[in-house]
Amino acid sequence: MILSLHIWLIPLLPLAGFLLNGILGSRLPRWLVSTIGLLAPFLSFVLVLNAYALTSYSAVALPYVETFPHPWIAIGGLRADFSFFLDPLSLVMLLVVTGVGFLIHIYSVGYMAHEEGYARYFSFLNLFLFFMTVLVLAGNVLLLFVGWEGVGLASYLLIGFWFQKPSAAAAGKKAFIVNRIGDFGFLIGIFLILANFGTLNFAQIAQVLTLKAAWHGGVLTAICLCLLVGAAGKSAQLPLYVWLPDAMEGPTPVSALIHAATMVTAGVYMIARTHFLFDRAPIALAIVAIVGAATAIFAATIALAQTDIKRVLAYSTISQLGYMFLACGVAAYSAAIFHLVTHAFFKALLFLAAGSVIHAMGGEQDMRKMGGLRKKIPVTFWTMTIAVFTIAGFPPLAAFFSKDAILYAAFVSGSGGVFLWLVGLLTALLTSLYMFRLWYMTFFGELRTADAHPHESPRSMRAPLIILALLSICGGWIGIESFSAYLAPSVGLHPAVSSFPHLELILTAFAVLAALEGWLIADKYYRRKTERPAQLAAALPAGYTLLANKYYVDEIYDAVLVKPLFNFSRYFLGWVVDTGILGGIAWLLAGSANLSGAILQRWQSGNLRSYAAWLTAAAAVILLFVFHASIGSYLGARGIDVQLNLHWMGH
Amino acid sequence: MKAIDPIILTLILLVPLAGAVLVALAPDRAKLPNWIALLTSLLTFVLTLHLPAHFIAGQRGFQFEVNIPWIESPAICYHVGVDGLSLWLIVLVGLLAPIGVVASWNAIHTRRKVFYSLFLVQQTAMFGVFVALDLMLYYGFWELSLVPMAILIAMYGRKDGTKAALKFFLFTFIPSAPLLVAILWLYARTHTFNFSELQYQTASGVLPASALSWCALAFLFAFAVKVPVFPLHGWLADTYNEAPVALAMVVAGKLGLYSMLRFHVGLFPAQARAMAPLLIVLAVIGILYGACLALVQRDYWRLMAFAALSHLSLIVLAIYGLTFMGWSGAVYQLLSHGVVDGAIFLLLGALEIRYATSTIASYGGLAAKLPRTVTIFVIATLAMIGLPMLSGFIGEFVIFSSTFALVSRAAAIAAALGVILGAAYMLSLVQRLFYGPESALVSSKPAHDLRIGELAILTPLVVLMLVMGLAPSLWLNAIQTGVHPPLIKNNVIVSGACAAATYEAPSLVATPELAAKCESLQEAQR
Amino acid sequence: MSFLHHDVPLTWYLLLSAALFSLGVVGFLIKRNIITVFMSIELMLNAVNLSFVVFAYQWHEVKGQIFVFFVMMVAAAEAAVGLAIIIAVFRVRATLAVDRINLMKL
Repeated sequence: MILSLHIWLIPLLPLAGFLLNGILGSRLPRWLVSTIGLLAPFLSFVLVLNAYALTSYSAVALPYVETFPHPWIAIGGLRADFSFFLDPLSLVMLLVVTGVGFLIHIYSVGYMAHEEGYARYFSFLNLFLFFMTVLVLAGNVLLLFVGWEGVGLASYLLIGFWFQKPSAAAAGKKAFIVNRIGDFGFLIGIFLILANFGTLNFAQIAQVLTLKAAWHGGVLTAICLCLLVGAAGKSAQLPLYVWLPDAMEGPTPVSALIHAATMVTAGVYMIARTHFLFDRAPIALAIVAIVGAATAIFAATIALAQTDIKRVLAYSTISQLGYMFLACGVAAYSAAIFHLVTHAFFKALLFLAAGSVIHAMGGEQDMRKMGGLRKKIPVTFWTMTIAVFTIAGFPPLAAFFSKDAILYAAFVSGSGGVFLWLVGLLTALLTSLYMFRLWYMTFFGELRTADAHPHESPRSMRAPLIILALLSICGGWIGIESFSAYLAPSVGLHPAVSSFPHLELILTAFAVLAALEGWLIADKYYRRKTERPAQLAAALPAGYTLLANKYYVDEIYDAVLVKPLFNFSRYFLGWVVDTGILGGIAWLLAGSANLSGAILQRWQSGNLRSYAAWLTAAAAVILLFVFHASIGSYLGARGIDVQLNLHWMGH
Repeated sequence: MKAIDPIILTLILLVPLAGAVLVALAPDRAKLPNWIALLTSLLTFVLTLHLPAHFIAGQRGFQFEVNIPWIESPAICYHVGVDGLSLWLIVLVGLLAPIGVVASWNAIHTRRKVFYSLFLVQQTAMFGVFVALDLMLYYGFWELSLVPMAILIAMYGRKDGTKAALKFFLFTFIPSAPLLVAILWLYARTHTFNFSELQYQTASGVLPASALSWCALAFLFAFAVKVPVFPLHGWLADTYNEAPVALAMVVAGKLGLYSMLRFHVGLFPAQARAMAPLLIVLAVIGILYGACLALVQRDYWRLMAFAALSHLSLIVLAIYGLTFMGWSGAVYQLLSHGVVDGAIFLLLGALEIRYATSTIASYGGLAAKLPRTVTIFVIATLAMIGLPMLSGFIGEFVIFSSTFALVSRAAAIAAALGVILGAAYMLSLVQRLFYGPESALVSSKPAHDLRIGELAILTPLVVLMLVMGLAPSLWLNAIQTGVHPPLIKNNVIVSGACAAATYEAPSLVATPELAAKCESLQEAQR
Repeated sequence: MSFLHHDVPLTWYLLLSAALFSLGVVGFLIKRNIITVFMSIELMLNAVNLSFVVFAYQWHEVKGQIFVFFVMMVAAAEAAVGLAIIIAVFRVRATLAVDRINLMKL
C-alpha cells in the first residue's frame, strides 16, 4: 500500500484560511477570525510533522512527489505542472516555515489585538504561508517562481498593512519593486534554463546534468548568475538589500515571520534547491560567496550605528543572510540550511522580543529612549538575552554550531577561503558588538523617557517567546554532521576536509573569542562608560555619519537610478520625443492637410456656373480620353478590363 | 452540429444592431435606453458563449462558417467564420459590452439614445471584424468600427472631445485608405475577396513580389496605427483621456492586433517576415517607452494609455516573433489584457464619477473608505503586472520565454525590463490613489463604495482573472488550433510531436519548406 | 414603322442629337436664369435619348428603348425635385440668377 502524505493540503489549508478570513473576516467575531487564522497553519504543521514521521520511519520514501493530473501550462514545448516535491531539504524548510509560522500566528493574536483590520491581517498572514509552502514544495522552477512572487505580494501587503502611513505604503511599494528587479534576473534565469534544458522540472534538470557530466561553466554560469540576482533580491543581499530595512514599517510579527525567519531565506533555499547548477558553475559560486561575505560585513557595520531597535535587527538579518550566502558560495549548502534553521529560531525570537519591548513601550522603537527594562519586562528580557547570546555565537547555543560550520567550511574552501573566513570572523565580532549594544541600551541603565509605562506582554505573546527561546538553545544540538547526512539526498555531501588536525577546534576558539571580544567592547561602551560612544562619534564625525546614514546607499540609488529615470521619462521622452518630435510630426501632417484644404477650398466658389464649367471641361477630357482609347490600345496594354463595356452593351 | 450553428454568427452580428434600432426608437424615459442596451449586450454575450461551447477544439480551419454570395460583381460574399484565433476574442468583445454599459450607467446623462445606439453599432462592427472572412466585408466592418467611436468621443469628451475625436479620426482613417487600395489591388489581381483563397494566392508566388510587399505594408500601416505601435500612438493618450470609459476600454489593441495576426502575418507571411525585425525593435521600444512615460503621468487616463502602449507592444513583439508559441501567448495576453483593462477602467471610471477628476494627485487614502474598490483594484493591478496565478502572467511568460528561446534574447531581456517598470507605475498608482492620508478631495465627498451592479460585473472578472491564471488550458487549447501550422497526418493532428517540433525550431508558416509541406499535405487530402 | 430606315440615314439623327446636346451644353454654361439652365439639362438628356432610340432601332435591340425610359424617369424625378428646390430658393432669395445663389460656398 502506498501511503499518501497529502502534501497538497499543506499549502491549501492556509489558502482556505486566507479566503475565509479575506472574504468573510470583516463580518466575523475576532475569536473566530483568530481560530481560523491559527487553525490553518497549525493543521499544516501537523501535516508536515506527519510527513516527517512517515518519511523518517521509511513508510514513505523520499523524494516524494505529488502532481496534479492536469498540467498548469502546456503549450509547445513548455510544460509546467502543479507538482509538489518533498525531499529532506523541503521537509526541513517546511518544518521551519509552518512551525515558526504557527508560533508567530499565536504571537500575533496578542500583538494585533487592538488593531483595526484584524481579519485582514490574519488573511494576509495565511496567504503568506500558502505561497511560502508552495515555494518550498515546488517541483519545478515555475511553481517556485509562483511562490516566490506570491510571498513578495504577501510581504507587500503586510508591510503596507498600516496603509494610512505614507512611509508604510512607500516601503511596501519599494519592497515589491526592488524584488521585481531581482525577479527580472530570476526570470531571465528561467528562460535560460528553458532554452538550454527544455524543461523546468528540478529532477529533470538534474538528470540532464548527470548525463552531461562534462558540462561546466559557460551558459550554466549565466544561469546561476541570473538566479543569484533573483536570490539577492529576495534575500536582501548587496546590492538589492535596500528594501529590507524599510520593510520594518510593517507590524513586528510580520518582520519576524517574513523579513527574518522565512521569506528572506527563500534565496538561500533556491540556491540550495538548484545546487546542481551552481556546482557546475564555479565562477558563479565564487560570486555567491563574495556577495555573501560582503553583505555580511557591510550590513553589520551599518547595524552598529542604528538607533531604531527593529532596524538594528533588520541589518542583522541582512548580515546573517550574508553568512548563508557565504556558505552556499563555498558549496556548504547543508551548513547554509543549518544556519537558516537556527537563524529562523533566534531571529524570530529577537524580533518577537523586540516586538514585546515595543509593545511595552507603547509603540516606541528608538533605543535611545529605552533603558532599564530588564526588571519591568522580565520574560522578554530573559528570552531576549538568550537570543542575543545565541546570535553572538556562544556555546552551546544554536547559532554557535551553525556559524561554526559556515566559518569552518569557508576556511577550508580553497585559495580565497581564509579571506572569506576572516571576513566572517570580523562579522561575528561586529554581530556580537551590535547585539550587546542593543541589549545594554534596551534593558540596562535607566529608562530614558518619562512618559512610558512599560508592562509585560500578554500570555499569547510570552508563550511563543519561551518556545522559541528553547529552540534557540537546543536548535543546534543535532550537529552539522548528522544534519548534513540528513540533507545529503537533497544537496549532496560536500565534506570539508582539512589536513590540519584539530583545525575545527582552533577555528571554534577564534569564533568564540571574537564573540567575547564584541561583548566586552559593548560592555565597556554601553554599560560602563556610556558617554564614550558619543565622544567617539564626535571624534570620527565622517565615519559615524556614514554609518548612521547607511552609507547613503538609498540616496545614491535615488540620485543615480530613480531620479534620472524619472527626469529622462518626463523631460526627454515626455516633452522632447512625445510632445516635440512625434507631436510635431503629427502637427505638421495635420497642418499640411489644413493648408491644402484651404487652397482647394477656393475651387469651391459656390458659383453654380463655375461648377458647370468644370463639369463640362472634365466631361470633355474624359471623352477625349475614351476617344483615344478606342483608337489606340492604351487601356488594353494596361490590362484594364475592356470587356466591362461590352458587357454593358449586351455582347 | 446544432440547428443554431449556421446562423449563430449572423445572430451575434444582428442582435446588437437590432438593439441599436430599438434604443433609437424607444422613448428616452427613466433608464430605458440603459436597460435595453444592457439586455441586448447580455443577450449577445450569451450568444457568443455558444461558440466556445460548441467549438471543436482539435479541428483546424473555420467553424460556424457561412458563405453566401452577396454581390456578384465585384464578388463580395457574406463570408463569416470562427477559428481558434478569433473564438475567444469574440467572447471577449461580448463580455466587454455589458461592462461598458455598466460603466456608462451613471456616467452618461445626456442624449442617452444616441450613446447607446452608437455603442451597440460599435459592437456589431467589432464582432464583424473578428468574424469576417471576406476582405471587403472585413473592410466594411473595420471602417464601421471607427465611425461610432469618433462620433462618441466628439460628443462625450471630457474636456476637448472634438479635438481628440478629430485626432482619432485622422490617425485611424487616413491609413484605412491605403488598406482599401491594397484590398482592391488584390481583388484586381486575384478576382476574389475570400480570405483562404487569397492566402493561397499570396503564398503561391503568382503575384509580383514588390507589389505584394507594398500591399502588405498598407495592411500593416492601417493595423499598426490602430494597435497602436510606437511611434504611431499619438492618438492614444488623448483618446483615452477623452473617450467615454465604455469605449476607451475597447478602442486600442484587440482589433488591430487580431488583424495583424490574421490579415498581415496570415496573408503576407513572407512580407511579414521581412518586416519582423523592424517591428520587433519598435515593439521593444514601445514597451519601454510606454512604461517610462506611464511612470510620470499625472492623470490616470493618460497613465493607462501609456501602460496600454507598453502592454500592447508586448503582444506586437509576440506576433512578429513569428513563433507559434508566441502567437498563442499573444492571443492569450490579448484576452487577459481585455479582462484586466476592463476591470481597471470600470474602477477608474467609477472613481471619476464619484470624485469628478482624473488627476492622481487629488486622490489619496481611499483604501479605508472604499474597501471593495481597493481590493478589486489591487487584484486587477496584480493581474496586470503579471503576478503568477493571475491571468497576466501566463501570456507574459509564454511570450517572454518563446521570444527568448526562439527569437531574440536581447529583445526578450529588454521587454522583461518592462516588467519592473510595470510594477513601478501600477503600484505607484495604487499607492497614490488609495494609500496614505486622506486628501482634501476625498474627505470632502461622501464615500460610496461600489454599487451592486458594478460589483456584479467585477466579481466575475476577478474570478476570471484567477481562473485564467490557474487553468490556461481552457483557453489555450482552442487558441493553439487557431495559430498552429496545419501539420496534419492522416487527418489526425500529431499534437505531442508537433508541439515539440514547433518549440524546437524557430518556425513560421511561410518558410518555403513548410509551405511546400503544407501544400503537399493539402494535395494528399484532396 | 420603317420610314426612318428608308428616308434618313443614321448619321443625320446622330448629328441632330449632337447638335441638340451641344446647344444644351452651351445653354447650361452661359445662361443665368436657373430655369433656363434646367431646361438646358433637359435638352441634353433628350439629345441622348434620341441617339438611344436611333441605335436601338438600328441594331434591333430593345435595351436602348428601355434606357430611354430610365432616362425619362430620372429626368422627371429631377424635374420634380429640382423645381421644388428652385421654388424654395426663389421664396428665400427672390431671384433666379445663378450667380446670386452661392450658398454652396464653404
